Amino acid sequence: MSARASTNERRDRMLRTALPIVVLALGLAIWEFVVRIGGIPPYVLPAPSLILQTLAADRALLVHSLLVTLVTTFEGFLLAAAGGVGLAVLFNQSRFVEYSLYPFAVILQVTPIVAVAPLLLIYLPQHAAVLVCAWIVAFFPVLANTTLGLHSVDRNLSDLFALYGASRAATLWRFKLPAALPYILGGLRIAGGLALIGAVVAEIAAGSAGAGSGLAYRIAESGYRLNIPRMFAALLLLSLAGIVIFYLLSLINYLALRRWHESALDPSAR
Amino acid sequence: MQPATANASDPLVALRGIGKAFPNGTRALAGLDLDVRPGEFVTLLGPSGCGKSTALRIIAGLSEPSAGAVEWARTAGATQGESRIGFVFQEPTLMPWASVFDNVMLPLKLKGAPAATAAERVEAVLGRVGLAAFRHSYPRELSGGMRMRVSIARALVTEPQLLLMDEPFAALDEITRFKLNDDLLHMWQALRTTIVFVTHSVFESVYLSSRVVIMAARPGRVSSEVAIDVLYPRDRNFRTSPEYAAFCRRASDALAQAMAAGGEP
Repeated sequence: MSARASTNERRDRMLRTALPIVVLALGLAIWEFVVRIGGIPPYVLPAPSLILQTLAADRALLVHSLLVTLVTTFEGFLLAAAGGVGLAVLFNQSRFVEYSLYPFAVILQVTPIVAVAPLLLIYLPQHAAVLVCAWIVAFFPVLANTTLGLHSVDRNLSDLFALYGASRAATLWRFKLPAALPYILGGLRIAGGLALIGAVVAEIAAGSAGAGSGLAYRIAESGYRLNIPRMFAALLLLSLAGIVIFYLLSLINYLALRRWHESALDPSAR
Repeated sequence: MQPATANASDPLVALRGIGKAFPNGTRALAGLDLDVRPGEFVTLLGPSGCGKSTALRIIAGLSEPSAGAVEWARTAGATQGESRIGFVFQEPTLMPWASVFDNVMLPLKLKGAPAATAAERVEAVLGRVGLAAFRHSYPRELSGGMRMRVSIARALVTEPQLLLMDEPFAALDEITRFKLNDDLLHMWQALRTTIVFVTHSVFESVYLSSRVVIMAARPGRVSSEVAIDVLYPRDRNFRTSPEYAAFCRRASDALAQAMAAGGEP
């Protein structure tokens, strides 16, 4: 690689980090300016500085709520991962099961979760309902991606395993699952964000019932009390949580695939 | 070493009147007869679509013939950790997520070979293909020729009686192919295994084989045979000898005849 190309690349990487920060700072400055000049009251639109103050002042309450939501999200995500991969493997082993169950997986996926959540809250205790919501939203991408991965295996390698008389279990464990891993991890990356959305939707739906203490519940509750700064503070924490989840899963993806899969290769190493 | 001749011994494997029709109606093979004798290096040479690869898959048991039978010599058995067949595909067909060592170890794992000796056997065969230093590398870190060496090592690690190779060097550059041709001949002589090799290169078939079987297409069948009764080891001198040129001409003429006799495309 020539020195010029490497300089260009470094500048490009710097721009990719710097530009969004500049845009963010600019946006916040305009927001702050408009609120102050216009004298907009906090219950209509709080200034960014007030949101940060609220975040600091209410941190005990908000961090507790964040943990509640994160735990639900994490549980929903784990169930979705296990359920999605498990169902896909089951479908792959038996056409019969696949034909019987796949349409219902699709139905679960296409029915808007906002509409399902209130029903779940009638039949299930609140924590269970929130968990089920997170699971319903998150499991489908894992199922769909894993199914695709298990079907996209190298035909010749498949023949090789047959040639050496590999058992079904060995073929699955040593061949199909590793071959499908990039697809599975892709599905998990989507599922992480969706599990958070599912948990939030269910908490909001449960909001008026009022037994919860998650972040989305805080948003609903603050809304009823016209505590708009706290709504923004909770929202900020939620989107930070979503970003962290996404990058954590991307990191896992990279660590698992960097030695062998095209998607995780360092482009400068080519 | 003498090339095996017709009366040397009973065939290791014999194809008797093999026919293969695919569900879409294509007749890939019809009335294919072929004897493969122990220690032979047989090449199936023919135009694309003549069913060479299909014949190889049928010998391997990866595909069922629609007619005829594959008969194995009674001595050909498979014990624990052994496989009587090794198969090398046109592509290296390695597991990208596994190291060179683990790729070569795979057949032994699947066959349930005792772990104590398995690692030794993998080391030995990696040494034989000249990749001992690359045991911890991943396939994507290797060149095309090296990947094919790993593929050959994997096929040899079970010490198969019959090695089936489906145009293994077709995708490689000529320099790499010549080197692998020579290395393959060395291994074949050292291991005294039997090889059935599929190619569409007249020059490669004559250089490698003790016998070239020329196939005609639509449906695939044996058209003629050319025995390459030249002593091994063969080397660069053979490649440039008038004798080699003469055999290539004979094989080439036979191939032209087979193609003229082939059915309508």
